[in-house]
Amino acid sequence: MRDVAVVGFAQRQLAHFDGSPTCVELLVPLFAECYEQTGWTRHDIGFWCSGSSDYLAGRSFSFVQAVDAIGVMPPVNESHVEMDLAWAMYEAWLKIQTGEVDTALVYAFGKSSAGVLRRTLALQLDPYTMTPLWPDTVSLAGLQAREGIDAGLWDERAMAEVANRSLTDAETNEYAIRKGGSSVAELLARPMYADPLRKHDCAPVTDGAAALVIAAEDRAREVCDRPAWIRSLTHVVDPLSLGTRDLTRSPSARQAAAASDLSGVEVAELHAPFSHQELILRAELGLPGDVRVNPSGGALVSNPMFSAGGIRIGEAARRIWSGEADKVLGHATSGPALQQNLVCVMATDGQGE
Amino acid sequence: MFYFTSMSRTLSAPVTVAFDYTRSTGPVLGRFLSGLRDGLVVGGRTSEGTVVVPPPEFDPVTHAAVDDFVEVADTGIVTSWTWVPEPVEGQPFDRPFAFALVSLDGADTPLLHALDVASPGEVSTGMRVRVRWREERVGAITDIECFEPVAAEAAEVSTGSTGGARETLDPVTGIVVPIELDYLYAASPEESLFYRSLAEGRLVGQRCPTCGKVYIPPRSACPSDGTPTAEEVELPDSGTVTTFCIVNVPFLGQRITPPYVSAYVLLDGADIAFLHLILDIPAEKVRMGMRVKAVWKPRNEWGTTIENISHFAPTGEPDADFETYKQHL
Amino acid sequence: MAKQPAAVIGVGQTHHRAKREDVSMAGLCREAMDRALEDAGMGLDEVDAVVVGKAPDLFEGVMMPELFLAEALGAAGKPLLRVHTAGSVGGSTAIVAASLVQAGVHRTVLTVAFEKQSESNAMWALSVPIPFSMPVHAGAGGYFAPHVRSYIRRSGAPGHVGAIVAAKDRQNALKNPYAHLRNPDTTVESVLASQMLWDPIRYDETCPSSDGACALVIAAEDVAAGSPDPAWIHGTVMRSEATSAAERDQVNPQASRDAAAALWKQAGIISPVDEIDVAEIYVPFSWFEPMWLESLGFAAEGEGWRLSESGATAMDGRIPVNCSGGVLSSNPIGASGMLRFGEAALQVRGAAGEHQVDGARRALGHAYGGGSQFFAMWVVGSERPGT
Repeated sequence: MRDVAVVGFAQRQLAHFDGSPTCVELLVPLFAECYEQTGWTRHDIGFWCSGSSDYLAGRSFSFVQAVDAIGVMPPVNESHVEMDLAWAMYEAWLKIQTGEVDTALVYAFGKSSAGVLRRTLALQLDPYTMTPLWPDTVSLAGLQAREGIDAGLWDERAMAEVANRSLTDAETNEYAIRKGGSSVAELLARPMYADPLRKHDCAPVTDGAAALVIAAEDRAREVCDRPAWIRSLTHVVDPLSLGTRDLTRSPSARQAAAASDLSGVEVAELHAPFSHQELILRAELGLPGDVRVNPSGGALVSNPMFSAGGIRIGEAARRIWSGEADKVLGHATSGPALQQNLVCVMATDGQGE
Repeated sequence: MFYFTSMSRTLSAPVTVAFDYTRSTGPVLGRFLSGLRDGLVVGGRTSEGTVVVPPPEFDPVTHAAVDDFVEVADTGIVTSWTWVPEPVEGQPFDRPFAFALVSLDGADTPLLHALDVASPGEVSTGMRVRVRWREERVGAITDIECFEPVAAEAAEVSTGSTGGARETLDPVTGIVVPIELDYLYAASPEESLFYRSLAEGRLVGQRCPTCGKVYIPPRSACPSDGTPTAEEVELPDSGTVTTFCIVNVPFLGQRITPPYVSAYVLLDGADIAFLHLILDIPAEKVRMGMRVKAVWKPRNEWGTTIENISHFAPTGEPDADFETYKQHL
Repeated sequence: MAKQPAAVIGVGQTHHRAKREDVSMAGLCREAMDRALEDAGMGLDEVDAVVVGKAPDLFEGVMMPELFLAEALGAAGKPLLRVHTAGSVGGSTAIVAASLVQAGVHRTVLTVAFEKQSESNAMWALSVPIPFSMPVHAGAGGYFAPHVRSYIRRSGAPGHVGAIVAAKDRQNALKNPYAHLRNPDTTVESVLASQMLWDPIRYDETCPSSDGACALVIAAEDVAAGSPDPAWIHGTVMRSEATSAAERDQVNPQASRDAAAALWKQAGIISPVDEIDVAEIYVPFSWFEPMWLESLGFAAEGEGWRLSESGATAMDGRIPVNCSGGVLSSNPIGASGMLRFGEAALQVRGAAGEHQVDGARRALGHAYGGGSQFFAMWVVGSERPGT
């Protein structure tokens, strides 16, 4: 396999973006940031791949106009996944692995606030026996959280601890849209929202976009002092059915972790839009207690649909660039109740090879 | 109807995306839905002997189509639940309720549905519930109105049926699922400039600072260069038809009655054509290169929309020479 | 670093119909998948990863349907990807699936593309009005008709060429048991007599709206060694440009020309019309056959219609195009591109049945989408590349 590293990352997260659902006006400055970080122009990029959802935008082919932000004369080698940024990066990583290209810029965008997000996401469910009941995202997470509480796997306090740590860490993340930790006791004193979930157990509705730049070998070294080398990139999906899945588990996350070498990981950015989901992921990934989880505040404080997973990879890679860590993990999830999971392990030169 | 104030950066307006989807169910889901119509809950037995409700279409282990159907009881126990304090449109109740996973007697896995209780204090994991059947049933998951609690004294564990499911006459093969989603659509800042100018009867484009091309409407990124268009350029309301089609076909959601001419109009001074309607000339007389001018609606009907221009009509000038617009095709 | 060799060892498709009321979405996909797996002589459990392609989610009213389909498609416990690149998606999806093997990540990949158009209405889904703009949009036909008019004007093609293409493809479809439209009476005259829908496009010059799916099994060299008739992948390419840009050539887009040039170079082809034995080209409206023949380099600019008119694109012609009946005869949108890729593979495997071109050794599979802005193409051959 070729050595490929994450060498650029830019993001925007907003409670409400007042621009168009194509998000072109958000993407232009993001690409500019990526060019500034790498010293490259669009002509240095060998492959482009984006992630977005037509149903988030409320129209077919919502990604079509987004390529304008690239500037596509001459035309580009480009693709699109109806998935999170992390999977767009996976497609680009494949493209680099084939040897066809050496560099890629991947991006994703979504204007969650254009519709009623938790209702829109009911369209991800079984269209014959579930969607007609419009089970919303928060309800599905509530069913999952309850199962864990009933089984004694976690409790409201453990969930509040996750929320409090995330809100506290978010204070140093300029992009987080919800921030300000207090104490576990104070959070537990807040009213129940969707019993067993309080509002701080649920990610806020977030608009936004993000971009990652990845490059092979010398192309990575020439633009980054400490490239975040991708040591493994694995993803697995579980069945959707809530009935046949043990909701307290995430076999796909466990499987993705098992295919990765997580030893020595210092920082893990986990894509957990609900507080108890972080607890599930920590258990399934088998993360030791001394791993720093979600120093960015994680998805619980900002969860722009279709880019939040990739943002976890970018946030983790950033810790390598800065020298804060030598080995990190970025995780992304997709689908209801942690159905699909991706694990990306990155390390500095000489680590985890 | 447009929602905006002069204060907002961008224009926005509501959009509803609605369709009644016609779903064919195939034999397995059809069997489940036929059962519901007949007031029965039908599960499927997998190769490992597990009774799953609703039945999976394909076996999780052998991947073969599931064909072993089992009737289960319409009573069972709650295995998980969540409170729904603010129901969204389309959910079984428009007042607070619970969603619950219910393991029906005779089934090995739970079914998701609503549970009709007034407060979270009335629900607990392990409580017994029963299906409240809708009176008029059509073969849909909504034939189950919801689950309701079973009074403790009435609680009697049914063994469920372990025999095969009864054959049904007239099986369900399809369902109609209305999906209606409301969005607030926003125009980009550049488009908003264009539409606001239209409300003043002006056509305002912008020039790309990199390639110098004049875009109307202006763009958040020049598609050739990726740079936002910037310098404002006011354009006249006359131009040339580059190419067109005559729409004769009616379709759902269509807002102009066919036949009509949908044409690319290249305004004088613009470097890109936009689509509009050509009228005041028989459709078969419309030509490539035809010179046209905007016909505006009465001023009191103007809004922030390109529809302020009712259509374009021929000016009577000689047609533009092909060489002058061929690079716009 | 060179790509790992990869080959198509299984091709499956559904019977395409206006309404496949006998199957669910999962059933539709499995019909194609099971045929592809049977063709490859393997079971679902031998598949390492699944790649799903589909056009807009509004068509079926399910957001990311691959999620609910995951278990039925045998993807549970495996990597699952979902590609969406508008009408080119079937081709792009096959290319992404191929890249999983060419990258050396997996050895056996199953890819499936589908559309169940009868769940809704494509004209509606493609023409949801956008506020503030002019509601003149009229589906794909309304979008492409002006550009067909431009082509006719630019090339000076006689008006009946579109009808020649339509009649040819409909006659070819009679040799394809899976084709949706099967009307033995279609002739140039009957096409010309059909209703003008989006002038200059007539009813019989447009693709149908179909339910259908296509699946491919793509394998690495060691797995393909066990196949009696692998279709080796000699080149893949994807190119994109903008929907609307100043002075963009919408008849012969640069992305299409660039893609073709890159493809022929990869496949070592200098003269496509001489070296390609059969082509499956995405032609949803008949006039796109001559348009793409030019863009792909089978004919000089302005000359594509002469190839179509002369009969050179018929099954017994110099460069047979769409022997399967093409998109004009079956159009499950999301799957249509993969059908082109799959039919190309069938041809070089000698497995195309009644619509087989004798001795086909190299074939083109082609797809395009959006406003003629997304292109996906591959060349497959009966010989392993480099041999």
